[in-house]
Amino acid sequence: MATLVVAEHNNASLADATAKTVTAAKALGGDIDILVAGKGAAAAAEAAGRIDGVRAVIHIEHDLLDKQMPEAMEATLVALMDGYDALMAPDTTTHKAYMPRVAAKLDTQQISSVTGIEDGTFERPIYAGNAVAYVTSDDPKKVVTVRTTAFAAAGEGGSASVETKATEIGDMGSEFVSEELTKSDRPELTGAKIVISGGRGMGSGENFSMIESIADKLGAAVGASRAAVDAGYVPNDYQVGQTGKAVAPELYIAVGISGAIQHLAGMKDSKVIAAINKDEEAPIFQVADYGLVADLFKALPELEAELEKVGY
Amino acid sequence: MKVLVPVKRVLDYNVKARVKPDQSGVDLSNVKMSMNPFDEIAVEEAVRLQEGGTATETIAVSIGPAKAQETIRTALAMGMDRGVHVTTDEDLEPLAVAKILKSVAEAEGAELILMGKQAIDNDYGATGGMLAALLDWPIGQYANTVSPGEGSVEVKREIDGGLQTVNLKLPAVVTTDLRLNEPRYASLPNIMKAKRKPIEAKTPDDFGVDTTPRLTVVKVTEPKAREAGIKVDDVATLVDKLKNEAGVL
Ligand SMILES: Cc1cc2nc3c(=O)[nH]c(=O)nc-3n(C[C@H](O)[C@H](O)[C@H](O)COP(=O)(O)OP(=O)(O)OC[C@H]3O[C@@H](n4cnc5c(N)ncnc54)[C@H](O)[C@@H]3O)c2cc1C
Ligand SMILES: Nc1ncnc2c1ncn2[C@@H]1O[C@H](COP(=O)(O)O)[C@@H](O)[C@H]1O
Repeated sequence: MATLVVAEHNNASLADATAKTVTAAKALGGDIDILVAGKGAAAAAEAAGRIDGVRAVIHIEHDLLDKQMPEAMEATLVALMDGYDALMAPDTTTHKAYMPRVAAKLDTQQISSVTGIEDGTFERPIYAGNAVAYVTSDDPKKVVTVRTTAFAAAGEGGSASVETKATEIGDMGSEFVSEELTKSDRPELTGAKIVISGGRGMGSGENFSMIESIADKLGAAVGASRAAVDAGYVPNDYQVGQTGKAVAPELYIAVGISGAIQHLAGMKDSKVIAAINKDEEAPIFQVADYGLVADLFKALPELEAELEKVGY
Repeated sequence: MKVLVPVKRVLDYNVKARVKPDQSGVDLSNVKMSMNPFDEIAVEEAVRLQEGGTATETIAVSIGPAKAQETIRTALAMGMDRGVHVTTDEDLEPLAVAKILKSVAEAEGAELILMGKQAIDNDYGATGGMLAALLDWPIGQYANTVSPGEGSVEVKREIDGGLQTVNLKLPAVVTTDLRLNEPRYASLPNIMKAKRKPIEAKTPDDFGVDTTPRLTVVKVTEPKAREAGIKVDDVATLVDKLKNEAGVL
């Protein structure tokens, strides 16, 4: 039994999602190799080799792998899968975009956004997390995407060798044009210890500065509901929920968010949930450990002041 | 350019799913069903491409039970030209759906397939990628903007870090994200007109696709419930509780 884990990285550095996916792979049992496919990704490959429990790192460089385009990843991975019984990758947009391509080429049914693995049974939320399915796969090769918030990161201390391989990528039919990445010094949403999110109740993008200054005090990431993104208050990558990002921080603070099932799907696994909403009937209070019925325009400045009092 | 839009009939997004007592799945009897919201966005985009003169013909295809016809009618009422209904009472996995869709796309000579990024019932998010691979077409996942050009389509994608623009050679598959457009409501005259638009009836056997499931559902359970919390009176109490009771500050 051997599993190939695909690394999450931006060429320059390895993301935490990789070590979390390794933990998921360990639950499957057998040997674990990591693929670092990119352009100028040697440092990321080195870092992957230090993850505990990894047998080998396969490092593949190609101009067309710079942005890990789905067609290039498919060609690279299909050629590698002969030696593996399972393929695993974190369920970030990079990997979700190509994993089904690989699965189809291997004639395998992908198991998506897995939150647990035990004795070959995969646990995955369905229907916006209102039900949890436990499934087994009869396919000879398993293709699995992993919801990384459900797995702790594997530790450091490994010393796997890095093996450089070549890949052949034919005409992809696709071409990278440009990118507008959201710039932020705050921690990444899916890995942050504290997340503070705003919803439609924020009323405008400018008002989000109240949330941002609290986030900066707490070292927190900023998230949002779909309604806040649709209204243009914040960029699309802030969206938390069934069809946005799943987060599970120590503390999630929901401000001016009603708590629709699609939003809850992305945050209800947080350890502690606090909610500020002026409507005491808002469904968010059904999942909140601490609810404050208040006008956020009054509560947020007070929150910032109180946090200062306790040393933030 | 012929545009194909696969549409799935799913539990309406406003309805909370209930797990059956025998843990065999989610109870879908006597609940409101609708078109998967991401597919509605795909239908809207197809109709706009036709209104803009880019699409020459728009075809909605649904794989599902007899009632999936209603879902196709909804697409036709929004303005699509005709439908293909592949009838099956089984709940097919994305791999089988993708294989059937491949045959439909080839039979129709589709040049662009617009579809949802994810069905909100099973939350797989797999069919689009599988279909693109089976056809060996490029894919633009999570489209925020779709701009067709000469023999190509430019897609602005919603990715975890922000936005990314790619250019795809046609034929291609594009999956929709929430910000692509706001689907229209079908007008009454268009609903009436849709009743007369043709829907071709097919079965998975017509395409020679083996639909045997690859996954075995051991059980489906309710998610872990969160214990009810408390309401606090003011911000100072909130901060005190978070710091001293929950220990998360
Ligand atoms: C296919 C599909 C996918 C979706 N995916 C997602 C997803 O991934 N993530 C997501 O979040 N949503 C998603 N949604 C949308 C979801 O159904 C809700 O529409 C959305 O979450 C609502 O956002 P909201 O809570 O900010 O807005 P609203 O529901 O409008 O709630 C605003 C809240 O703010 C409160 N408020 C207003 N003013 C104040 C004030 N001054 N002080 C305090 N409180 C105030 C109100 O009482 C209200 O509770 C999806 C929907 C569909 C159909
Ligand atoms: N039974 C079906 N009939 C038609 N289209 C489907 C069907 N199942 C999935 N799709 C399409 O594939 C997309 C992604 O579905 P999924 O991979 O199941 O999350 C949906 O948004 C639809 O566009």
